[in-house]
Amino acid sequence: MMRFLLLFSRQGKLRLQKWFTPMSDREKKKIIRDMTTMVLARQPRSCNFLHWKDLKIIYKRYASLYFCLAVENQENELLALEVIHRYVELLDKYFGNVCELDIIFNFEKAYFILDEFLMGGEIQETSKQIVNRSIEASDMLQETMEEYMSKPAF
Amino acid sequence: MSDVVEKTLTALPSLLSLDSQPGSAKLSSTSKLGSLIRGITELTSKHEEEKLIQRELLSIKEQVASPNTTMRQMKELMVRTIYCEMLGYEASFSYIHAIKLAQQGSVLEKRVGYLAVSLFLNESHELLLLLVNTVLKDLQSTNLIEVCMALTVVSQMFPKDMIPAILPLVEEKLNHPKEIIRRKAVLALYKFYLIAPNQVQHIHNKFRKALCDKDPGVMTASLHIYLQMIQENPEGYKDLTGSFVTILKQVVGGKLPMDFNYHSVPAPWLQIQLLRILSLLGKNDPSTSEIMYEVLDESLRRAGMNHNITYAILYECVKCIYTIHPKSDLLEKAAKCIGNFVLSPKINLKYLGLKALTYVVQQDPKLALQHQMTIIECLDHPDLIIKRETLELLFRITNAQNVTVIVEKMLEFLRISKDDHNTIDLVGKVAELAEKYAPDNEWFIETMNTVFSIGGDVMQPDIPNSFLKLLSEGFDSVEEDRKLRLFAVNSYISLLQGEPGKLPQRFLQVISWVLGEYSYLKEDLESAAVLRLLAKLLDMKNSSSETKSWVFMAMTKLCEGTAGVSVAQEVSETYSSSMDTVLRQRAQELEHLSQDSELCAKVLPRGGDREHVEVDSSLSFLDGFVSEALAAGAAPYKPPHQRQEELAQAKVLSLEPYSLSLPISMSSCSITDRQSPTLLSMSSGLSGDSTDLSHKGGSTTLKLDGVKRVWGREGYLSQKEPVEESAQVEVPSPVRSPNQQEEGDSSHSQTPTVTPTLGCEQEKQQLASSLFLGLSTQSPVCLMGKSEPAPQRFRRKAKSLNTSEQISNSLISSPSAVDNLLCNNLLDSSITSEPDLSPPERTTELTTANGTCNTETALTDSGMKGSNPALNRDNSVDATDPPSHEDMDRPKNVCLMSHLPAELCGLAHSEITPLCTNQSLSLSACHVQKEDSLVLVVFINNCSDSDIQQTRIQVDSEDLEVSCVGDSPVEELRSLSVAVCQYSLTVKRPLVNVEVVGMISYQLPVVTTQELQFSYKLPLSSFIRPLMVSTEEYGTMWLAFSNDTKQNLTLISDEQEPLAATLNVLRKKLQLHIVEIIGMEGIVACSLLQDQPCLMHCRVHAGTLAVWLRSPTPDLPDCLIYHCQRALQCH
Repeated sequence: MMRFLLLFSRQGKLRLQKWFTPMSDREKKKIIRDMTTMVLARQPRSCNFLHWKDLKIIYKRYASLYFCLAVENQENELLALEVIHRYVELLDKYFGNVCELDIIFNFEKAYFILDEFLMGGEIQETSKQIVNRSIEASDMLQETMEEYMSKPAF
Repeated sequence: MSDVVEKTLTALPSLLSLDSQPGSAKLSSTSKLGSLIRGITELTSKHEEEKLIQRELLSIKEQVASPNTTMRQMKELMVRTIYCEMLGYEASFSYIHAIKLAQQGSVLEKRVGYLAVSLFLNESHELLLLLVNTVLKDLQSTNLIEVCMALTVVSQMFPKDMIPAILPLVEEKLNHPKEIIRRKAVLALYKFYLIAPNQVQHIHNKFRKALCDKDPGVMTASLHIYLQMIQENPEGYKDLTGSFVTILKQVVGGKLPMDFNYHSVPAPWLQIQLLRILSLLGKNDPSTSEIMYEVLDESLRRAGMNHNITYAILYECVKCIYTIHPKSDLLEKAAKCIGNFVLSPKINLKYLGLKALTYVVQQDPKLALQHQMTIIECLDHPDLIIKRETLELLFRITNAQNVTVIVEKMLEFLRISKDDHNTIDLVGKVAELAEKYAPDNEWFIETMNTVFSIGGDVMQPDIPNSFLKLLSEGFDSVEEDRKLRLFAVNSYISLLQGEPGKLPQRFLQVISWVLGEYSYLKEDLESAAVLRLLAKLLDMKNSSSETKSWVFMAMTKLCEGTAGVSVAQEVSETYSSSMDTVLRQRAQELEHLSQDSELCAKVLPRGGDREHVEVDSSLSFLDGFVSEALAAGAAPYKPPHQRQEELAQAKVLSLEPYSLSLPISMSSCSITDRQSPTLLSMSSGLSGDSTDLSHKGGSTTLKLDGVKRVWGREGYLSQKEPVEESAQVEVPSPVRSPNQQEEGDSSHSQTPTVTPTLGCEQEKQQLASSLFLGLSTQSPVCLMGKSEPAPQRFRRKAKSLNTSEQISNSLISSPSAVDNLLCNNLLDSSITSEPDLSPPERTTELTTANGTCNTETALTDSGMKGSNPALNRDNSVDATDPPSHEDMDRPKNVCLMSHLPAELCGLAHSEITPLCTNQSLSLSACHVQKEDSLVLVVFINNCSDSDIQQTRIQVDSEDLEVSCVGDSPVEELRSLSVAVCQYSLTVKRPLVNVEVVGMISYQLPVVTTQELQFSYKLPLSSFIRPLMVSTEEYGTMWLAFSNDTKQNLTLISDEQEPLAATLNVLRKKLQLHIVEIIGMEGIVACSLLQDQPCLMHCRVHAGTLAVWLRSPTPDLPDCLIYHCQRALQCH
């Protein structure tokens, strides 16, 4: 089971946080701090896995953004790496050539996509098409209902 | 793959002005979030950011509170608040508005509301209760999107105790026509299963339906639940093996829709989930494993593509093959697979390869041999993670021959690692290896020194404990013991002469103990010199007061000779006015014992025999002293709680310390304890009257289950290896290594991939030969289980087992640890369903008002046979009442029984006992057990032939509340008739037996008033009722109760399951309720009538039943234990 997913920039700025198990604010703050320092300190050609307490941390950098996923000890590291990758693909498909800015300015969309992809710490939907379809379905709704003048959200 | 996102944004502000950029095209310059983000990126200091955000939050606060804000504006405000929170600024004012938005907004606003709620609140937040209603409403909505949102938020966070409110609705969704809804419902139920498994117990068959769902997505989701359930109980799901295998076959064969492919691999997540389930099912089960072999082979074959995801599947396959019952050709293929991982240039795969090797190496040590050069390379890998994983692997293959090299590598790593979690883990492993395989004394002591210095105060406390245990118990040879101890003393003296200030506290404690015990072994060492070294520790600023206690104890053992005494005096003078009471006490002890060398020798005999000494825990040797004191007018002993109570009643300031809640066992005060400073203070608190302690004594031991025993294998070494022999191991013999290499190469032609310079290579070869020494000799690959353990050097003597356990406990035990341990044991185990043991329904049946024959027979039977001593023996009858008389009474009793009031007829009652008789009257009584009280029924039989007038009966008791039931006592009694009086009794305070006294006065027509007195004794057990609690309730109650007693009871050993049999006897005789039996432990609950519960925890230990009782009522545990004893004695 996955425990949390964090997205942060090369400067250690948090971009997205998802916690799959209940955690107090203090714990969250500590984890965010630990993760950014640990992951940012890694040398370029070392492996993508880390140990933290009894959890395994799987991280990967895409452009300027680090994706950092914590899973329980018996989980498969390579599979977790693919979870991250699939999420990036989903974002890419939705935003069309995604970049950090898309995630900064539309972070709630990134959350919605994540919610369609993962649920309660497990994979819910692996198909790119289906995830996008359900996101787009609600976006369509948005447009008809709110009659947005311009396509972007803001 | 990373070309997906290859746009790096370095200068954010400059990009923002370029509208042609695709990223920025999505930003509307008028958006408020946009301007906030832009504002932040333009700032230069943290301080400015803080000011900006505070301003922002203030304006948001104003707007959300305004009644004119529309939901759409609210949504926008909420997004901005989420952003501020993500930056680390709290905005708790908005939480309630987030809930409101989720409640009242339209679909899209709702969605943001739910998102904000799930980011702001966590499961325990009180505001979350407000969300329940919204979720309920949305679950019933006809809008699919709303239902989806509700299910998502439910699985993200939902108050545990509110689950029942929405459970039916979620269950309903399992039948929803849309697969997405079904899928989400299954996942939500999975989440419920994780946080509150009891609540979804009843829908297990619905999970089966989900497993058979026509949509593969729903089926996949249901596997999460199955994996969890199979992990808990693999036996229960063996019948599904065939289905899982079929599913996997179809998946591997590409039968699923294309949608499920991931980079053209069919449903990898599903495959891995299934492989995991299969490995759980096939573990240690040849026939189930048989079904899987084919599909595993197929999976290995199909996963040929060079992509991360296929490696993930392969890895899981290999693990599965090595977990289930082995099959040789599959193992071969799996081994080859591992080889591919290990030799891969990709570092992630190498890491997984090492992990896989670690997993399989115990079954197949040859595999490690094949990859020895790779392992050596990984050992020097710049990436610490790889290094750490390699050490884990080496730990598994350590034996007596390669231990020195491996431990050295581990210590090397420990010196550079900064991570506490790592240190604790690795230090424990080093200590384990050192104790298991140490080649000689010097090495052992030096390694342990490093362990203590590095592990410091973070390491597990059982490491120093077992080290001291090992030193104090010794091995088989006295000479060897002496050498080891002497070496330790030497090494510690030199450490103390160096810079002791740098050593961790735990290490200092170990040092002081060893010096205190064994420094006499070093003949040329003056004890005064040691004392001075120790005294230096006392003066150090950073010594904790615990360490100081240890130092004091050591000094007490050492002070002798004028020089020594003067050092001791000086120190004790300084500390006898210390603020710390413990230190003050130690100082006093030191002072007194240093002055009286004779007493000192008696209390602390040097090099004392550490054999286990039988401790007379009843302190019966003090009987003479006690009786003398009593004769001289001393007050009799009162147990501490009684004294406390009296003190409280007298409203006097209590000067006593709070009574120890620590469950100290009396017998742990064996002779070895004198060495532990923590225990002396406790044993000094144990003074008591032997008569009182006689029930409490016994050899109750502490709970040892959680204590790790590192080298617990019993038996003697046939012959001890001399030290010289093992010394040769340290230098790897160059002659042997090429042979080994050959062996490795010939069997599998794999050569190391990297060839550095020749000299370096040689070095590595040498390292390899020393690391993998001993592995090749175990050439027969043993497939099942671990290979034979190598003979251990430090082997504990079997006979000293008890002592050693106690010493370790006395050193570490703390009340909370023991409590937790117990609590965990009680709470987290599953019910072993033994049909006639625990089921609560059964016991209820026994006590229901209609009283089944079962109870009655149990009670009356015992009465008839006279086997219930509590009833028979204690029925003191006032008037002389010889046993023969009782026999004669028997027919009369039978007819008296018919006078028993109708409402009591169905209840369990005791035998009718005569109370007193004279020419005209005879009184008998029995007691009837009602749910909430005990009813005493007195039968007044007028056996004269004249009527009796003005009968008046009074019943009273010191220990009981007596109240008359029904009509006022009979006035008139006709000739040869029987009158019945009932009294309801409740307990004022528990005593082993309680007594009712009474008097009857009556008038005969001729004679004037006559009086008769009687008394009736009742065992407390007749007031005991079963207490129906669940294990969880028991757990919370246990922690809340303060009065406790421990005792050992005899175990009924002639049955197959002694624990169950014994508890059953107690259940039958004393009506205790057996809450649960878990392995060797059982928990039992009862209450004194309705309101005074008593809990009992039983554990089978060394042929006896160790019971521990707790209750909020003082004395109740003691009384109950007495009755348990009686019940078992006469069984």
